[in-house]
Amino acid sequence: MAEVLFSRPKALADMPTHYCPGCHHGIIHRLIAEVIDELDIQEKAIGVAPVGCAVLAYDYFNCDMLEAAHGRAPAVATGVKRVHPDASVFTYQGDGDLAAIGCAEIVHAAARGEKIVTVFVNNAIYGMTGGQMAPTTLVGQVTSTSPYGRKEEVAGMPIRVSEMLATLDGPAFIARVAVNNPANMNKAKAAIKKAFELQLGGHGFCLVEVLSICPTNWGKTPVEAVKWMEEKMMPHYPLGVFKDVQGVGK
Amino acid sequence: MSEKVLMKGNEAIAEAAVAAGCRHYFGYPITPQTEIPEYMSKRMPQIGGVFLQAESEISAINMVYGAAGAGARVMTSSSSPGISLKQEGISYIAGAELPCLIVNIMRGGPGLGGIQPAQGDYFQATKGGGHGDYRNIVLAPNSVQEMVDYTILGFDLAEKYRNPVMLLGDGVLGQMMEPVEIKEISSTPTEKPWAATGMRGRGKPNIINSLFLKANELEDHNIRLQKKYALIQENEMRWEEICTEDAELIVVAYGITARIAQSAIDKARGEGKKVGLLRPISLWPFPEPPFARLAKTAKAFLTVELSAGQMIEDVRLATRDAKPVHFYGRTGGMIMTPIEIYQEISKILESKEGK
Repeated sequence: MAEVLFSRPKALADMPTHYCPGCHHGIIHRLIAEVIDELDIQEKAIGVAPVGCAVLAYDYFNCDMLEAAHGRAPAVATGVKRVHPDASVFTYQGDGDLAAIGCAEIVHAAARGEKIVTVFVNNAIYGMTGGQMAPTTLVGQVTSTSPYGRKEEVAGMPIRVSEMLATLDGPAFIARVAVNNPANMNKAKAAIKKAFELQLGGHGFCLVEVLSICPTNWGKTPVEAVKWMEEKMMPHYPLGVFKDVQGVGK
Repeated sequence: MSEKVLMKGNEAIAEAAVAAGCRHYFGYPITPQTEIPEYMSKRMPQIGGVFLQAESEISAINMVYGAAGAGARVMTSSSSPGISLKQEGISYIAGAELPCLIVNIMRGGPGLGGIQPAQGDYFQATKGGGHGDYRNIVLAPNSVQEMVDYTILGFDLAEKYRNPVMLLGDGVLGQMMEPVEIKEISSTPTEKPWAATGMRGRGKPNIINSLFLKANELEDHNIRLQKKYALIQENEMRWEEICTEDAELIVVAYGITARIAQSAIDKARGEGKKVGLLRPISLWPFPEPPFARLAKTAKAFLTVELSAGQMIEDVRLATRDAKPVHFYGRTGGMIMTPIEIYQEISKILESKEGK
């Protein structure tokens, strides 16, 4: 008798995604879907999709979804959660959506301790619009709107969202993870699971920042892109837990 | 409540919303509508509702989007500059076909403008306001009692058509006190099988969305919206006529301006002048039938607004320019007196076309 060892999570819809080859969104979607399955919350999960590469996430998650305006997902999720306090509400946002146009929404959702989970995918670039500079773009990084490399004197320094939000009293859990190798994928999934568990336990705002690659707009192969993330992104965006209401430090 | 009480317009809106079963309010302070969030902050906790002061008008309207998408009877309120900030969200709400009530207690503009009453947001309210082809149902009360009645009606229309409804008042109506009656309403919650509530055994996800990447699908969506708007035009035109039957001159005014015009018309009628009032109550859909009819019997129209002339464009369209359409307006928070309107009435009636 053959035994099924690996299959698609129930919370992930059975359809091909539009993501580019090598992109990490697919992995991150899957980790969230596995967590939804394992916590058995598919029937009460409500997700909010961003504007950006993950704009079609509402087609990929097999649960109720709302598509938000650019950057407004935390406000939309706030409205949802205040109507259905028992629901497992999450937003899925990229760095342009969350750290640029949606900065006010994420800061205040965090400050209110809004009982939602935010999965924040940081790939240091605007992917959907074709590779423009993001607030998280590294100094020196070439993008289509920083063709000479990001210059500190022009565009300032990249924002460390997790560290910034961890200064607030509202959040229950803030962690930065990556999905560059299987070990880190397991850690990423554990962080996402913890965030959803905390919400189930009635705790406040949880954010998991996931470092991600964008081979297409970085102009690299997936293998080169993973290497670039490890060598360039991780020193500026260290992995770890920045806030944990249960007191486990980093 | 079912006896008459003396209430401020803004507070009457808030209490009417509570009576209508609204249990979710998201807003931000701005003069001259701030009594609405203040009232809600006190009232909602008493009845197990949600009051949330958002970090911005933008967030407030997106919280409304979320709550409406999740199936709640929900509202927000603001004044002119704040309503401008909400336009992106209103376009999304219209595109995703979500029901909600948006109150605009208008003040003078453009820009930061002033905090005195005005009607300069007529274009914004009735022609869309945000991007794309969409319509808000726009209701314009002219008394504190009508603010109550149209708040309740607004929630019903919003849910009936899955469309944003705007209650368009002004700083006078918001701030003035009048006796009102808020009747007990036996409101049956509208079934919302489309709402994002969590699947809860439904078997398939509900998705709240206004994105259609394929051009043909987006056109189909637009055609469906236009059909809905045509239905709203057919069913929901509202207006009031006073002394129009024999009138040679029809004064057209909405909201507080109609109350001022009424005093001017009373004085003119007292002197035997044949003047009537046509008051649009639904600004969209604009009530065209009485204009077509009165364009045959009256000699001229006079549109009176607290603006530089916005509704006058709809009056000219509705009358097909069959008769001269005059205009009298004040801006910046200045309010005309009945005598000013009376003088305009006399001037037109004494001119060649009035004779």
